[in-house]
Amino acid sequence: MKVQIDAQLCQGHGRCYDLAPDLFGEDDEGYATLTALTADGIVPEGREGDIRLAAANCPESAVLVLEEALNDRR
Amino acid sequence: MTTETVVVVGSSTGGVRTAQALRREGFAGRIVLVGEEPHEPYDKPPLSKQYLAGEWELDRLALITPEAAASAEIELRLGVAAVRLDVAARQVLLADGTALDFDHIVVATGAAARPSPWPADSGVHVIRTLADVDALRADLATGGAVVVVGGGVVGAEAAATIRTLGHAVTVVDPLATPLARLVGPEVGRPLEELHRRHGVDTRFGVGVEGIDGSAGNLAVRLTDGSTLSAATVLVGIGAVPNDGWLADSGLLVDNGVVCDRYCRAVDSERVWAVGDVARWQDPRYPADVRLEHWTNAVEQAAAVAHNMVHPDDLQPYSPLEYVWSDQYDWKLQIVGHAARGGRYEVVGDLGSDPARAAVLYSDDDGRLIGSVTVNWPKSLVTSRRALTAGDVDFEQFVEQIKALPAKPPAPAAR
Ligand SMILES: Cc1cc2nc3c(=O)[nH]c(=O)nc-3n(C[C@H](O)[C@H](O)[C@H](O)COP(=O)(O)OP(=O)(O)OC[C@H]3O[C@@H](n4cnc5c(N)ncnc54)[C@H](O)[C@@H]3O)c2cc1C
Ligand code: SF4
Repeated sequence: MKVQIDAQLCQGHGRCYDLAPDLFGEDDEGYATLTALTADGIVPEGREGDIRLAAANCPESAVLVLEEALNDRR
Repeated sequence: MTTETVVVVGSSTGGVRTAQALRREGFAGRIVLVGEEPHEPYDKPPLSKQYLAGEWELDRLALITPEAAASAEIELRLGVAAVRLDVAARQVLLADGTALDFDHIVVATGAAARPSPWPADSGVHVIRTLADVDALRADLATGGAVVVVGGGVVGAEAAATIRTLGHAVTVVDPLATPLARLVGPEVGRPLEELHRRHGVDTRFGVGVEGIDGSAGNLAVRLTDGSTLSAATVLVGIGAVPNDGWLADSGLLVDNGVVCDRYCRAVDSERVWAVGDVARWQDPRYPADVRLEHWTNAVEQAAAVAHNMVHPDDLQPYSPLEYVWSDQYDWKLQIVGHAARGGRYEVVGDLGSDPARAAVLYSDDDGRLIGSVTVNWPKSLVTSRRALTAGDVDFEQFVEQIKALPAKPPAPAAR
């Protein structure tokens, strides 16, 4: 599974990094970032549920989840 | 629970997120998601924002695609309403005459726009569903002045969007300031100013007596004796829970499905409720609560899924209230309680252009109870964490917010 934050969409509701603080972080303004664990966009094995939880809770659909770890989406 | 069936009625935020959360919780049985509207499940907040503005197409509003539903083994039954619930027989009857058997049922039928009490021939709209907004957009396309009745979240947002589309807009509300049920005048007045700066005529403290005429030629009579003429009128005066279909179910329904602390209907352990239609006993409050906020629907969905899958570990549902609203260049975020009066402190400036501020609220004992922030997500998430932790000294918290980096608002490109 892969994950990305769409910075255009993110409005800093902070749901993702409050729910999964080791998978998502925040910048100085409160917008979401990836973390050391997700920096390359690859979701650590066994953490797919937390990524889905964060995506389900993002009001802006800014947590982009690619279910199969295929090649780059962009 | 591998052989059990869960029927979720209502295919919007609450229903879709419940179905997904059941799978996250490991539920391996059958999940059927029933929805009255024929559209693939779509999200509502953009309806008064990007979708009304014509900036986003429908596909940007998707809550779950048919492919994602299929891969999660969520059966979609769209375009058919649930019409009757037989709790004893564990069966729900659909409008097409078919019936679904269930072990558990989740009521996620949400709310409908409160209809306009002022009959007019045509041209008077509400916003709740995609069909509502499409009809409104069709009338807006013919041009002309617009009167928005109601300065709550939906009315105020729609007024901002419609103004930005170039229409002359007047907002009318008997309450003193916009968003009065969520925020006090300390935020409401600057927000009204924002609307006026953008050229919206505002009539707060004035009610509507009647609406006459038809699309393109409407007259809105106000309680102060004046009359506004409009091509189109939008009535945004709140929502009523979609609980009518449960009238003969035997369930206790009272402005929503009445639930216990675990979001289970008080009369049946097999019936659950989620989102705008759910009224439940939050252990923090003396009276039942019903919320009409997006994050509540999502969090309640997760709570119901957990409680259904783990009956031996029932968790009371007690969320921290959170709602946001986008109007012009204001990104308003409201957490906890802000409209309860009492002491408050403004950090930053709500009158500047663009605004950047946090309004912090204290209870009588000097503890933080809520925050309203504008264009300052960092102060919002800091507030939410403090409120989640609880028992935070107000004075100290004000200092903490003042100490946050005073960076200018993010560039408009965000
Ligand atoms: C225009 C607008 C803007 C909003 N903006 C914000 C915002 O900025 N921030 C925020 O926090 N909240 C916002 N909200 C509120 C938020 O969208 C709601 O709280 C949320 O949609 C609630 O989800 P729900 O699933 O409980 O109910 P609903 O979204 O009302 O969904 C209920 C679904 O059930 C279906 N249904 C009804 N009866 C039946 C039946 N008998 N059988 C089958 N299906 C049925 C309906 O067709 C509907 O699809 C906004 C709401 C609107 C209308
Ligand atoms: S929940 Fe969504 S909008 Fe909020 S910070 Fe995370 S990505 Fe951004």
